[in-house]
Amino acid sequence: IGLLLLHHDFWDDATLVGGFLPIGLAYHVALSILITVAWA
Amino acid sequence: MNDYSALTSLPSVLLALQATDASDSMSAGLIRLLVIVAYFCLLLILGGVATSFLKNSNRDYLLASHSIGPFLLLMSLFGTTMTAFALVGSSGEAFVDGIGIYGKLASISGLVHSLCFFVIGTRVWKYGKRFGHTTQIDFFRDRLDSPRMGLFLFPVLILLLIPYVLGGVIASGTVVQSLTAGAFPTFFPHEQAALAGGVPPYLGSLVVCLVVLSYVFFGGMRGTAWANCFQTLVFMVLGIVTFYVIAMKLGNGTDLFSSMANAIREVPRKHITREEMSHSLFITYMLIPLSVGTFPHIFQHWLTAKNAAAFKLPIVMHPFFIMLVWVPCILIGVWAAAPGVLPEEWYGQPMAHQNKVLSYLVTKHTTPLVGGLLAAGILAAVMSSLDSQFLCMGTMFTNDIYQRFVRRADAVSNSTAVAASPATEAATPTGAAAAERLPAPAETSVWVARGFILAIVAISYILGIVLDGRSIFRLSIWCFSGFTGLFPLILAALYWRGLTARGTQAGIVTMAVTWSYFFYVSGFGQGVMGEDGVQRPYKLLVPGTDWDILPVVPITLATTVVMLAVSWLTPKPSAETLQRYFDEATVPTP
Repeated sequence: IGLLLLHHDFWDDATLVGGFLPIGLAYHVALSILITVAWA
Repeated sequence: MNDYSALTSLPSVLLALQATDASDSMSAGLIRLLVIVAYFCLLLILGGVATSFLKNSNRDYLLASHSIGPFLLLMSLFGTTMTAFALVGSSGEAFVDGIGIYGKLASISGLVHSLCFFVIGTRVWKYGKRFGHTTQIDFFRDRLDSPRMGLFLFPVLILLLIPYVLGGVIASGTVVQSLTAGAFPTFFPHEQAALAGGVPPYLGSLVVCLVVLSYVFFGGMRGTAWANCFQTLVFMVLGIVTFYVIAMKLGNGTDLFSSMANAIREVPRKHITREEMSHSLFITYMLIPLSVGTFPHIFQHWLTAKNAAAFKLPIVMHPFFIMLVWVPCILIGVWAAAPGVLPEEWYGQPMAHQNKVLSYLVTKHTTPLVGGLLAAGILAAVMSSLDSQFLCMGTMFTNDIYQRFVRRADAVSNSTAVAASPATEAATPTGAAAAERLPAPAETSVWVARGFILAIVAISYILGIVLDGRSIFRLSIWCFSGFTGLFPLILAALYWRGLTARGTQAGIVTMAVTWSYFFYVSGFGQGVMGEDGVQRPYKLLVPGTDWDILPVVPITLATTVVMLAVSWLTPKPSAETLQRYFDEATVPTP
């Protein structure tokens, strides 16, 4: 649980992953999947 | 540009959903209205079917006889936590502030909500089933040997739930008006062309409230759980369809990903980064999801579980489901920040228009039939929370106020014995403090609950009309802040022997006072008007620094300090009570 550290991430990086997804959002989407796996 | 067309060739049925601007706005508005009405009828039928499964007991009406399995528990917990805040609020806030909203509230909620289900929910369910608790107040009363706990906790819980219900009332009125625009131009003229002829909020939210009240009144918790499950499936599926349709329309690409790339190209930089968001504020948002540990309606859903293992599926899938709902809504809100997507005047005052972003885009970029279906999806998210909130408020009033104080006073003054029905006796908790309650016949209890729900809904409805236009996002954050302020109390009650009734009561009062103070100085949650005439969120700075934090930090800290201090100075619950809760063969820690 102490995932909490990973949550506090890319702050002013405007890179678009794949040309359509802001990297800050992409990171947290990946984190959501990691959290799901961790709870499993 | 990357070519993702092979990956994103969705079925032709979805492609057919892509919109054309309706040439006849009147018939378009009417079609959307008819779809919404058909959806309401479907819900009422579902409530009616659930009624036929209702057993004649309070326990079944209020807790579905502890019979809810993993899938239904997952859907009802998720549907209840995903409110107007999740769809209408998140897209609106992303339009104002950009992608930061996902990290601030969505990914952290996936971690913290499941943590609350694991650490608080399973424990609450275990004690609730063992000692016969029906409500949160039941638990605190029994755990702390405090018959009068309800007098402290009940008004505070209702005070905090009203802004939450209010968010749903405002959202439903806004969505119905936007999506039925053009239907009745003669009856409902409006100065904004985009809203002219739409069913006005006072009528739309009234119908939504009446539909929810109907299936809650007649289906009880079982009907609510079924409706929650159905509506959660509806808004998850239609949310993804909405995302696809709007992406293809705004981006106008050959496939989904190229459309998404086109849609984000003109979005201002501040919306695709968090450069204008403070680190300290982001950190303090971590406390907001703890509120799920003290929501009384979530508490009641926990008690419906068939067994402890039923919690495993909600714990695992909740974070993934949050992602499925929030990512599309946030991207839609971010795309809306690009020039020309929304009416020009909305960009100058984004906070004033944020509630309308999602429904405006649905209206503008979909066919009337699809628009009606998507409207039903948005309303499903709103209604799947309102139902649980209505039911739990009625339950708390009947269980913790009416049966305990009103009927007791009547019985004493009239010196008459009350014959409880067998069903009610079966529903009576077996804990020590629970013996204080004077049970009412099952039918009377249910009607008292309905009367109280009607009163609260009427108050929320009137406030919703008066305060229409308030930010759903900010109203919800204030509601969550208060519930997070109560979190130390539930955590201590479950894991600390030293907690006392006086310590808990002092903590509740401290939370209420500090929350009320900050709510007042923040312009009642709506932010403060700057010298330039633009409304901005209220900023609370840590003294001597430029760190801005959410008011939930001082509220929670003050509650914790007072709870600990008063508990150390006041007498603890009886040894018998502590033994019932803490002395087991196996240690109850995860």
